[in-house]
Amino acid sequence: MSEVLERVRKIVIDHLDADPDKVTDKASFIDDLEADSLDIVELVMAFEEEFDIEIPDDSAEHILTVGDAVNYIQEKLAA
Amino acid sequence: MFDLSGKTALVTGATGGLGANIARALHKQGAKVVLSGTREAVLQELAAELGDNAYVAACNLSDAAEVDGLIAKAEAAAGSPLDILVANAGITKDGLILRMKDEDWEAVIKVNLESYFRLSRAAVKGMMKRRFGRIIGITSVVGVMGNPGQTNYAASKAGMIGFSKALGQEVASRNITVNCIAPGFIASPMTDVLNDAQREAILTKIPAGKLGEGADIASAAVYLASNEAGYVTGQTLHVNGGMVMI
Repeated sequence: MSEVLERVRKIVIDHLDADPDKVTDKASFIDDLEADSLDIVELVMAFEEEFDIEIPDDSAEHILTVGDAVNYIQEKLAA
Repeated sequence: MFDLSGKTALVTGATGGLGANIARALHKQGAKVVLSGTREAVLQELAAELGDNAYVAACNLSDAAEVDGLIAKAEAAAGSPLDILVANAGITKDGLILRMKDEDWEAVIKVNLESYFRLSRAAVKGMMKRRFGRIIGITSVVGVMGNPGQTNYAASKAGMIGFSKALGQEVASRNITVNCIAPGFIASPMTDVLNDAQREAILTKIPAGKLGEGADIASAAVYLASNEAGYVTGQTLHVNGGMVMI
């Protein structure tokens, strides 16, 4: 498992108070982890802080699953 | 009822009559109170009067960077996260519109309305995490009924009301309420300078037959800050002796 995935999972588990077993690559924030729109904003802000990156709103809209977040962050860090 | 012990509040404009009254009332209910304003010596004096659990965090609300940092500064002063924000500071730069300068418009919007946005944005972040918050904007009856010579002031105060309704909807699910208090004519250094004829003219419009006191506004703030008011959000509480009923 990648280091980014682990850090993302930790943020998601902490923030959503989610069952760690459910926070998989494919887990959808809204459908599987019961996040609402405010949670998503908070998660995006937490990712920005954790990885010291900026995630514009139009990119954030496409981050629907844990895997989406990991991929986006990895691309951003590689750029 | 209305016990605020364990809560931390920030009151802007605490050097003014209303702000000081609000700070005293919140403090009396047990809250830690951080006093903000531009005149540090006056703030220190009020903090000394209140004694324990009163702190000072000076701020110039026309300086965006200072405003953005005020919540963190207040939390550092109190040593605890902020639960209650009372955005009370306000200025006037009156003039009929034909004579109103750009800078008079901009200054009033900046201090009264933009600082409310900046402070709320910073405060909401922590409040959302902690699932509790009370944001209270001190607006004015003028924001609802208008007043000649105060297009800038009326716009800023009406803006606070709309802002509070929108923000209230955004954060209601996090147990954060956002409300306004709209004072009518309150006895203050501003009303002390009115002459008898002006005073009479005002009183004829107030069914209660008298000016309000700072304590009347402070009591409303205590209520909106309390746990008991948790189901009240996006509202404007008019405290005006019946002058405007809506």
